[in-house]
Amino acid sequence: MDKYALRCAVEELLAAYAHCLDSDRLEEWPDFFTDPCLYQVLPRENREQGLPIALIYCDSRGMLRDRVVAHRQANIYGPHAYRHLISNLRVCEEPDGTITAQATYTVLRTLLDPVRYGSTEVYSAGEYRDVLVWVEGQLKLREKTVIVDTCRIDSLLVTPL
Amino acid sequence: MQAAAQIAWPRTEGARVPYQVFLDPAIYEQEQERIFRGPTWSYVALEAEFPRPGDFKATFVGETPIVVTRARDGTVHAFVNRCAHRGALVCREPRGNRLRHTCVYHQWTYDAEGNLVGVPFRTGIDGKGGYPADFDPKQHGLQKLRVATYDGLVFASFSATVEPLAEYLGPTMRQWLDRIFNRPIRVLGYTRQFVHANWKLYAENVRDPYHASLLHLFHATFGLYRSTQGGGVWLDRLGRHSVLHSYRRDAEAETAAYRQAGLRSYQATYTLADPSLLAGRQEFPGLVIQTIFPSLVVQQIQNTLAVRQILPKGVDAFELIFTFFGYEDDDEEMLRIRRKQANLVGPAGLISLEDGHATELVQQAIVRDPAASSLVEMGGRTVEDQENLVTETGIRGFWRYYGALMGFTDVPLEDSHG
Repeated sequence: MDKYALRCAVEELLAAYAHCLDSDRLEEWPDFFTDPCLYQVLPRENREQGLPIALIYCDSRGMLRDRVVAHRQANIYGPHAYRHLISNLRVCEEPDGTITAQATYTVLRTLLDPVRYGSTEVYSAGEYRDVLVWVEGQLKLREKTVIVDTCRIDSLLVTPL
Repeated sequence: MQAAAQIAWPRTEGARVPYQVFLDPAIYEQEQERIFRGPTWSYVALEAEFPRPGDFKATFVGETPIVVTRARDGTVHAFVNRCAHRGALVCREPRGNRLRHTCVYHQWTYDAEGNLVGVPFRTGIDGKGGYPADFDPKQHGLQKLRVATYDGLVFASFSATVEPLAEYLGPTMRQWLDRIFNRPIRVLGYTRQFVHANWKLYAENVRDPYHASLLHLFHATFGLYRSTQGGGVWLDRLGRHSVLHSYRRDAEAETAAYRQAGLRSYQATYTLADPSLLAGRQEFPGLVIQTIFPSLVVQQIQNTLAVRQILPKGVDAFELIFTFFGYEDDDEEMLRIRRKQANLVGPAGLISLEDGHATELVQQAIVRDPAASSLVEMGGRTVEDQENLVTETGIRGFWRYYGALMGFTDVPLEDSHG
């Protein structure tokens, strides 16, 4: 595929991904992935030491859905909203057709509880390491590893990065 | 000498807790002296984190930065991470391997035990400058802490008078630690969480079986933990440490009580699209949350094993560091199970993400009411072992011991185990 067309397609996917999470359409989030898939939020310190434990580890679309249902129905946390800023994208197409993408992300979190209503802070910074494949003309995430520099999580992590 | 913090401490065996203890900077200061530098053992590391000579880990006892090291002969040491010369942080990395620690400011160098072994230009240059002739390097080592280990857990203390670690833990706590630390472990990773609440709100949370199935839907709905299960809370002789243990007896009867009570946390129709999350291996019966005063929690929930280190960060914040581990002899499948079940705990844990939030809700609500108090009477007003899971006995034990250690009460500590 043409290098620039591919880059455009990956950029479009990442923008759609960010919009999905930032506009609280979490139910659509699992559809960005293949099934099975890998979505993991990995603290940078674990990655550097070769340690396997992740903050979130899902290896099927079902597990992603379970995270969303838990977010909606089970878990208790303060209301908040995200803004993803994704930049420094690099895309590479492997000889076997799989596509790897690497990008820097920042997430600004705005708190919406009555005590801190409307306050925004840098919540998380890190890197996306994605593996993408074409499925019926659509780019899907086969793997997304979120390497979190901000491994000291402020309060809690419930909304996906 | 700093004036003692002023507080009207109720004589209620910990059944009433004035919110001032979560708000008052003077109390926080006093805790650093009387608890974290007092006659206690603070958890600082697992031996498995620094197995080789020269391995070190930078951490904290209370808010004091320290370094835990392994010397050439394999012995474990700890020292305050503050240069004896002009006070700079000596060790500037969270972990690593070296047998010499050099302060970058003036290159004073210490060995892995904290002894001063090098001072640049000590005798001056060309007969000028340098230290006085009576300068004795032996007098200028890093401040050392006492170190002791039990079952591969490393504890440090500033106190010269604290009882030996095994005695400090006591027979009940040792027995529960032996249950988990029954063979060599392997560290699997870390998660860290910065919570905007006083550290003692978390100390209460991990001694509280009452909240566990009411706050946490995953516990109640999937029967991972329910107050209707078998189990109880066991304390050490002073009530400062606790073990919360639950196990399944009759699943149907346990569920019925939740269904009848109409609790939010029990949802009969809630299911997992991918139940592999909870498809673990039978390893330990039930669940265990064990606390060792003041800074350690040991957890076994399903197949997730972790120690949690509680680090106070000012009167209204603490950091919680989870160190996940398995056993050296875990097979590949077990490793996959532990990695998947880590989803349950930590800052993004389907169960435990809620605990930090609950403590923040308290901190936010009490802000202008230091004289008001919380009510800790579930299971009575005494500090004792209780074989049920609708009790706050462990929280009362914490506060009774805390009040005595802080000098808030002259009531002598009575042995709850006789």
